Amino acid sequence: MALTPQMRTLDMGEPGGGWNSPDHASELQWRLRTTKVAVRILLAVVTSLFMLFLVTYIGRSQFSDWLNLTGPLGPLADTSILWWNTLALILASVSLQWARMVSRKGHRTLVMVSTMTAGMLAGAFIVGQMFLWGRLVEYGFGVAINPAISFFYLLTGLHGFHIMGGLLAWARSMEKIWHKSPMQVINAGLEPCAIYWHYLLFIWLVLVSLLTSSPETYATIAALCGLR
Amino acid sequence: MAYAELAESEEIHEPKSFITRYIWSQDHKVIAVQYSLTAIFVGLIALVLSGLMRMQIGFPGSLEFMDASTYYQAMTMHGMIMVIYLLTALFLGGFGNYLIPLMVGARDMVFPYVNMLSYWFYLLSVIVLIASFFAPGGPTGAGWTLYPPQAITQGTPGADWGIILMLVSLAIFIVAATMGGLNYVTTVLQARTHGMTLFRMPLTVWGIFIATILALLAFPALFVSAVMMMFDRLLGTSFFMPAIISLGQPLDHEGGSPILFQHLFWFFGHPEVYIVALPAFGLVSDLISTHARKNIFGYRMMVWAIIAIGGLSFVVWAHHMYVSGMNPYFGFFFATTTLIIAVPTALKVYNWVLTLWRGNIHLTVPMLFALAFILTFLVGGLTGLFLGNVIIDVPLSDTYFVVAHFHMVMGVAPILVVFGSIYHWYPKITGRMMNETLGQIHFWITFLGTYAIYFPMHYLGFLGMPRRYYAYEDYEFIPQSAHDLNAFITVAALVVGVSQVLFLFNLFWSLKHGKKSGGNPWRANSLEWLTPDTPPAHGNWGARLPVVHRWAYDYSVPGIEQDFLPQTCTEEELTQLKLSRTAMDSASSPESNPEGGA
Repeated sequence: MALTPQMRTLDMGEPGGGWNSPDHASELQWRLRTTKVAVRILLAVVTSLFMLFLVTYIGRSQFSDWLNLTGPLGPLADTSILWWNTLALILASVSLQWARMVSRKGHRTLVMVSTMTAGMLAGAFIVGQMFLWGRLVEYGFGVAINPAISFFYLLTGLHGFHIMGGLLAWARSMEKIWHKSPMQVINAGLEPCAIYWHYLLFIWLVLVSLLTSSPETYATIAALCGLR
Repeated sequence: MAYAELAESEEIHEPKSFITRYIWSQDHKVIAVQYSLTAIFVGLIALVLSGLMRMQIGFPGSLEFMDASTYYQAMTMHGMIMVIYLLTALFLGGFGNYLIPLMVGARDMVFPYVNMLSYWFYLLSVIVLIASFFAPGGPTGAGWTLYPPQAITQGTPGADWGIILMLVSLAIFIVAATMGGLNYVTTVLQARTHGMTLFRMPLTVWGIFIATILALLAFPALFVSAVMMMFDRLLGTSFFMPAIISLGQPLDHEGGSPILFQHLFWFFGHPEVYIVALPAFGLVSDLISTHARKNIFGYRMMVWAIIAIGGLSFVVWAHHMYVSGMNPYFGFFFATTTLIIAVPTALKVYNWVLTLWRGNIHLTVPMLFALAFILTFLVGGLTGLFLGNVIIDVPLSDTYFVVAHFHMVMGVAPILVVFGSIYHWYPKITGRMMNETLGQIHFWITFLGTYAIYFPMHYLGFLGMPRRYYAYEDYEFIPQSAHDLNAFITVAALVVGVSQVLFLFNLFWSLKHGKKSGGNPWRANSLEWLTPDTPPAHGNWGARLPVVHRWAYDYSVPGIEQDFLPQTCTEEELTQLKLSRTAMDSASSPESNPEGGA
């Protein structure tokens, strides 16, 4: 079935679909523009979601039963795994940005290498997070032990869930790279994917900063937000 | 290259099989009908539930199966279905899907596949919701606000499975609404046809567009609260659950904050009012202008009012929580913002009335519903001013005054617009008119009936009759007259409920037997009435997309024969129309026709 321009937005994976013709090039540009708009709107939704969680986090942290996560006996007394995971996510984003840039220049091999690296690093982040969860459970910090820990699982789980969504978009790009689709088509997939990944990195940096902050920092933020 | 040029350069390939055409359809019009029929179906369930509740209140004990638990379950499901699964789905998924691409001159939504998924997720959420009727313990009876701790505490009906299914269903619904919402907003921003600037879009599109943005930003709050409550219920966390003794036993929870849930819920819940109201504002503006043959008064003001209401709707939520306890300065803040939101809202009401002023009002069925909406919204809005003030809200809180207020303002008023809009756009969707006589009977019973139901409730509220009580006997402060009034309200509610059969009959009967409508039976200006086919074919516009030269509200234009100018009418065509009218006038004047004039 030949597709209307709108429908083509769904079938971005058509290999060798004659995208090099001038008509198709401008159609691709329109499609890319439209997808970028949609991704940015989606990121507004994601922002709203995490903002609300963070406000509830700060609000709840002001109750007397709140456990200091990074205290000497807290679950995050050793934050090294968290920072290794953060490094993996930063490198994943850098790799995808690299893929985005080389795809604009048409370096097929570099696109393959950088995109693959990005996916592997994001996968490593997910595995690292699951390892951290496993260790917390092993040390007796189950989800219902304390609201601070409940929030830790909730926030990291939700973020991980969004990363997995990003990996789906990455998988579609990989599929196109694998099938040697025209470079413009690959780039049209990588661009919105990279925007989404960078934003999730930004959210993670906010999250990890907050999760590793001291109760005094929470108290200051809560006072600034009128939650105290 | 602009969207329209691209759309025109592509061939249109209509799906051929029954499945791809009507079931797994990616056509926005089919998806709109799917959304609408599902919403109406589930709305009918909610309507029946309200009838059962009214039987218990008006004639206590008349239904053998109606015990306290069943009553609370009926009440909860009625509220949630009506607000979320009927009104939100119908306005955004139904009208949004059908009208946005047609009104902005697009071939379809920009992401048709995601649009299709949106409907199937919505259907799944409805199925999960309905499944709770058959789950052990039945659906949740926590009230539509699902306040913890009682929503997940033993003793509340449906605390085992009902609440879980409700939360899962809501989460699925939010995913569906987000997928749909992304489409509506991106389509408006990216897929408008030649000449369709933002300030030439019909107010219907503006209303749905801004309401969708509200939905995209507000639904996450419901999602957050649903996920956290699910954690509390299933994993034993204490986000919302305080230390509590239930049925004589201390629960494992401690330290959670039920008020936190209320803040989250109403951060979604108040914008939700406008998620329903803004599309209604837009649709009714188009109905009024078309059927009064009059330019909409203050178009730009109307647009800015929609935007202002949308923005303000995010800073009024705590007026639902005055009795929960809050810092008095917060109460002052939220009362003030609530009163401020009345300004752009009142502005819209004035503009509708000024549009009607000296208009050529046609009392068609859509127009009757539109007029009824203005009146009903005014009544509901005015009582909102009472309840927005802390000092008046506290004594009236949780009384039937509140029930009357919110049913008038976000139940009856939007439903009147839904009916009016269905009568108005039905000819475009099916190619046939709905029966006018049945429509008139339906209108008068619904309009007068709803007033018979909700006007007396204000009085009951002043008497102090509390809402959410299963039985009202043996309370000294509730006089016999209140019981009589409750019986009267129940009769009125049943009459209104049953009369909706007229609408349903008309809806399906007219599909085959309705008068053929032609493409533009209301002589309207907006693009959806200018499609080459009625109902519009796949791709909507044939080979060429329409070119827009003006806004959608040029009615009763002086100096031309026809009283409307479609959005595609060029200045040259207008000049031609004026010239031909002048020629006709001079041909019929006594000077140019001395014999006829003698």
